[in-house]
Amino acid sequence: MRPLDASGLPDVMDDDWPLDVSGLPDITDDDFSQWRARMARETMMGDEAIALGAVHAGLGGAFAYPGTPSTEIMETLQEFVKRQAEGKLDGVKNAFTAQWCANEKTAYESALGSSFAGKRSMVSMKHVGLNVAADPFINSALIRINGGLVVVVADDPGMHSSQDEQDSRWLADFARVPCFEPADPQQAYDMTREAFELSEKIEAPVMIRITTRLAHSRSLVETSAAKAQGAIQKPKVTKDWILMPANARRRWHEVLGKQPELQAMSSSSSWNPLSLKGEKLGVITTGLARQYWLENADEYAAAKGEIAHLHIGFYPMPEASIRKLYDACDEILVIEEGYPYVERQLRGIVAPGKKIMGKETGEIPYEGELSPDLVRKALGLPERKGLAVKELSPPGRPPQLCMGCPHADSYGALKEALKDYSQHAVLSDIGCYTLGALPPYNAIEATVDMGASIGMARGAASVGLRPTVAVIGDSTFYHSGLSNLIDAVSHNTNMTVLILDNDTTGMTGAQPTILPSSRLEPVLKGVGVHPDHIKVIRAHKNEHEKNVAIIKAELAHEGPSVVVMVRECLEALKKARKA
Amino acid sequence: MKYDIVLCGVGGQGGISVSVVIARAAMAEGLRVKQSEVHGMSQRGGEVLAHLRLSDKEPASPTIPLGSASLILSFEPLEALRYLPWLNAEKGVVVSATTPLKNMGTYPETEKVMSELSALPNKILLDADAIAREAGNAKAGNMVLVGAAAKLMPIKPESIEKAIRELFARKGEQVVEANLKAFEYGRKANS
Ligand code: SF4
Repeated sequence: MRPLDASGLPDVMDDDWPLDVSGLPDITDDDFSQWRARMARETMMGDEAIALGAVHAGLGGAFAYPGTPSTEIMETLQEFVKRQAEGKLDGVKNAFTAQWCANEKTAYESALGSSFAGKRSMVSMKHVGLNVAADPFINSALIRINGGLVVVVADDPGMHSSQDEQDSRWLADFARVPCFEPADPQQAYDMTREAFELSEKIEAPVMIRITTRLAHSRSLVETSAAKAQGAIQKPKVTKDWILMPANARRRWHEVLGKQPELQAMSSSSSWNPLSLKGEKLGVITTGLARQYWLENADEYAAAKGEIAHLHIGFYPMPEASIRKLYDACDEILVIEEGYPYVERQLRGIVAPGKKIMGKETGEIPYEGELSPDLVRKALGLPERKGLAVKELSPPGRPPQLCMGCPHADSYGALKEALKDYSQHAVLSDIGCYTLGALPPYNAIEATVDMGASIGMARGAASVGLRPTVAVIGDSTFYHSGLSNLIDAVSHNTNMTVLILDNDTTGMTGAQPTILPSSRLEPVLKGVGVHPDHIKVIRAHKNEHEKNVAIIKAELAHEGPSVVVMVRECLEALKKARKA
Repeated sequence: MKYDIVLCGVGGQGGISVSVVIARAAMAEGLRVKQSEVHGMSQRGGEVLAHLRLSDKEPASPTIPLGSASLILSFEPLEALRYLPWLNAEKGVVVSATTPLKNMGTYPETEKVMSELSALPNKILLDADAIAREAGNAKAGNMVLVGAAAKLMPIKPESIEKAIRELFARKGEQVVEANLKAFEYGRKANS
């Protein structure tokens, strides 16, 4: 499947769209390229293009936990579920499943099960979510995948909404899983469709790695006819799904044996085009970085002559193409977003001698997002300048809790309850309430990863720091706080957990929490927190005095206690009102 | 033809829907469009930025290079200043609302912000909120700004009106009319 050049096609007028394709026969992949020119085109975000690509590939089940910048994939899929049910999703005849899950690991495992059942399956998450799902991800690479399994991971270089900028291509490599990296929403759509085909062909999971700017930028996407969803069909032999050592050893051997074939596939893939026009500088781009290069390419060619170029949109590394480029040029510049993945691998693929430039050598910044201007600089083109502010330097405007957010009242009560202690610890977690780190609250002292608040508070308490408080939201609690609370109950740790229960995942735009608020108390009781030390209170400044007194009493308690501070997220309220 | 727009403001000011309106109108006129948005954490009262690129050829980068934007459309005066490095130094125009949104302690004195803006070579500064109130919907300040920028953009006002109709249709005729009126008042403010 080649990305088509659509520039010569007539624009589809609004009146022609959506096209009615319900009468079309089901078509095979071989002939769908003939259809695509006749299909609808509209602008969509990278995330939306992936969702649509999956549905058009015959998706059976999709699973996810919200996380910027991946959230809109599942949101779009759920919208499609509704439209499909109303008969408004062109050409998609069968209903499919699209569900939020408790965390990325459970989402991944659901997708695995759905693949076991023979359905095309997708799991989507942000980069740090893959750490949570690393166990099923890495092990699923040893399974003989049944229904195509596509793992979409959205990296966040520049850390717009994340605690690190790790590069998921390393994890794909680590697991020996092939990986697509789209350059624009059109490729995101096409690659998603192809990823399902490939997954079934090589019987392995396939990753799609995107970055923030692709996830959240819109451009024209030309779609093609939807494929029908497959029937339930279990694997013919299930021993390749049972990873006991003897099977796992055999499967690992088989997976490694497949690598040369994937290698060869990569060098001949149309996603990895090689052009050897110039001989001085050779440029390697990957994924979205190609767009920043293209923004400058004409100017570079006019000023300094032709350039040889290898673009990588599919991994493993196209080693043969890389060697050709290296042999043809005097020096190489690698432009990639994230870690210097290609750059580092490159040094192991080619003989030393020529200059290789990129993040490790400083031509491209190691940290943060790429931009057309950073690439320009690396190419030695003159800097572009706009206007400058004369005297002021505009101060940053950090994000903050919404006016009237219940978290503000919770932090107000907590701070007052703690004020008489000369020493205490407040360990927090990931969500809107992380903003409690900033003034005027200055209420928390740590935020590391999902669920860590309870574990860290427990660790600090178990070596003697008192009082210790964990602050965690309801969604994060179900994500991975619960297992830490079980440790606390088991060891009767002296600590207090504040669950800020706003009945939603606020930070990512108010997705429903996996279980409703009403279930929280029975869950706490069920794992064994003493019922006298489970306090459910309303997070509101009108209740301030009462709340302070309750928190104070629990801080003094010997053993684990949980204070649930309840009030609905304002964003969630707004969203509910709109709907 | 190439026309790059930086849309900026503070989380919650409706920058994304403005971006969608302009993009749709441009597409209806046969232009190629690329949009880049900010989602997630910064939507909580932080700086919000969208890049919108209109061109007769598919734009390559989803983000605008420095010194290249033809227009900064800002819902807040300090935010307009923040993105000046993206504005084309000779031809670029700033269209900005003048009501400061001071949700941080470090916000500079309003006069200083306004004097920086007034010193710009090409600018249209207007009290979008007041004009929106006059038009009958205090919340439609963003459409007032689109109206004020209408004659600068390579798009017919009728196409923008059509896009407003389409985008807000689901919310009912009243919302559609309020936004159309705000757009019209904005156009009058810069006629
Ligand atoms: S989105 Fe909800 S939880 Fe987040 S700051 Fe706003 S009100 Fe609070």
